[in-house]
Amino acid sequence: MKYTQGSYPVISKTAIAKEIYDMTILCPDVAAIAQPGQFVNIKAEGFMLRRPISICSINKEKGTLRIIFEVRGNGTKELSQIPEGGLIDIIAPLGGRGFDLDLGKKAVIVGGGIGNPPMLAVAEHFGGNARVISGFRNAAAVILQKDFADTGAKTILCTDDGSAGRKGFVTDALKEAVAAEKPDVIYACGPGVMLRRIVEIAKENGIKCQVSLEERMGCGIGACLVCACRTIRDGEEYYAHVCKDGPVFNAEEVIFDE
Amino acid sequence: MNKLAVNFAGVDFKNPVIPASGTFGYGKEYEEFYPLSRLGGISVKGTTEKLRTGNLPPRIAETPSGMLNSVGLQNPGIDHFIAHELPYLKTKDTVIIANMAGSTAEGYREVAEKLDSTDVDMIEVNISCPNVKAGGAAFGVSCEGAASITKIVRAATKKPITIKLSPNVTNIADIAKAVEAEGADAVSLINTLLGMRIDIKTKRPVLHNNVGGLSGPAVFPVAVRMVWQVANAVKIPVCGMGGISTWEDAVEMMMAGASTVQVGAAVFSDPLAPVKIIEGLEKYVADNHLNSISDIVGAVKPW
Repeated sequence: MKYTQGSYPVISKTAIAKEIYDMTILCPDVAAIAQPGQFVNIKAEGFMLRRPISICSINKEKGTLRIIFEVRGNGTKELSQIPEGGLIDIIAPLGGRGFDLDLGKKAVIVGGGIGNPPMLAVAEHFGGNARVISGFRNAAAVILQKDFADTGAKTILCTDDGSAGRKGFVTDALKEAVAAEKPDVIYACGPGVMLRRIVEIAKENGIKCQVSLEERMGCGIGACLVCACRTIRDGEEYYAHVCKDGPVFNAEEVIFDE
Repeated sequence: MNKLAVNFAGVDFKNPVIPASGTFGYGKEYEEFYPLSRLGGISVKGTTEKLRTGNLPPRIAETPSGMLNSVGLQNPGIDHFIAHELPYLKTKDTVIIANMAGSTAEGYREVAEKLDSTDVDMIEVNISCPNVKAGGAAFGVSCEGAASITKIVRAATKKPITIKLSPNVTNIADIAKAVEAEGADAVSLINTLLGMRIDIKTKRPVLHNNVGGLSGPAVFPVAVRMVWQVANAVKIPVCGMGGISTWEDAVEMMMAGASTVQVGAAVFSDPLAPVKIIEGLEKYVADNHLNSISDIVGAVKPW
């Protein structure tokens, strides 16, 4: 894992939904080596712990990273107040393992809520060979649909209450998508319960699957051992660490809570 | 002449700044930011007799000017450390302090014996981890317990030993005197203060372990006070830690009586904190025309 710490200019900032911010950071040295699925660990002024935020999109030509985050508490609120043109202090790119994009030609990409942003970089890789299933609470929370469509992917939008797209969970849409045409690989990020069901569907259908996990983090680089997650390694249960061993894991490695 | 050089319990350090155990792994992750040779020493991740998986997550919580952790001494065990981590660390031109703990008194003896025949420069004995059920703080909260572990480790090794003390006690100076009497070469303090946060929406503690250790600037005044009390009670040197994040904090801790300092939680916010502190001390020594940084140890003039 190669990474650096620095203060970089925020060249654009937009509120794209209620309490959800979209930022583009000019950081050519980071963008040059960043991979889909990796994250940045951001200093929030006045807070001890940095906030890990997934990378939404990487533009190596322009030397930019795009991140999208939701204001969840005081730390992310502070981040949302960094102005356009201001500097953002990041350690990046982090994550010992991003998405493996060489697992097949045709992909189904699934994002739940604020788990959607990291899936854009994956969709950009697969283009027309991907189907993207995005789930949100309701129409007000929907983000990134035009971005996903612009990659050439077929998009399927789900909301819990049916206020946009189809009513229901992404897992129902995934089952239908798999039945219609079996993909080579499924990539997913979102809440634990959603990922658990997606992994089951992938297994039932014999499809390779990778999921991106999150956990409360300390250092973000694998030193403090805070962001533990239960995995299977060499046949035995092992506490891996989201920041260094992940955040992307193969489906069969992850042990989900009951 | 290197004016930051210090001799601590017989070990020569090029400067008194040491990343604290548990925040710095085995150092490798921080080599992306600076060469480890810049550091006075490294107190490596606490090592136990066998692999420990640690506590269930979440293991961390933000607090005002600080953080709680409940990692629970996750580590690959002493044999792995000696075979796979130490040889690499020993090439890094910095003092290697092996932080260790046992789940029983016998465990402490076993780990100390194994470390005795290695190239570690010093052993830091953790009798104060608040996050494990057996061992750890169970020994560190009474004079008898602290003395008994010191005696066992002392008999098991000729390496310099420093005992890492718990702040979760009534009188830390008494504990320091008890370990000094059993042959400790130094003391390290403070470990984290036991704390708790509750998510008021779910009524669940933020940490899965319910409670955890508080560190960061929030604990700094407590650490300064305890270092001052201990330094006045014992003749062995003190390594001071607890919330140090700037060079000014390091100077203050040394004036309270610390001969060396450890920097922990600060590296999460700024991985370069230890190096910035070293640079600050270099400038401080020059600006104040000191012959040695050691001149300020215990220099506080109490009212």
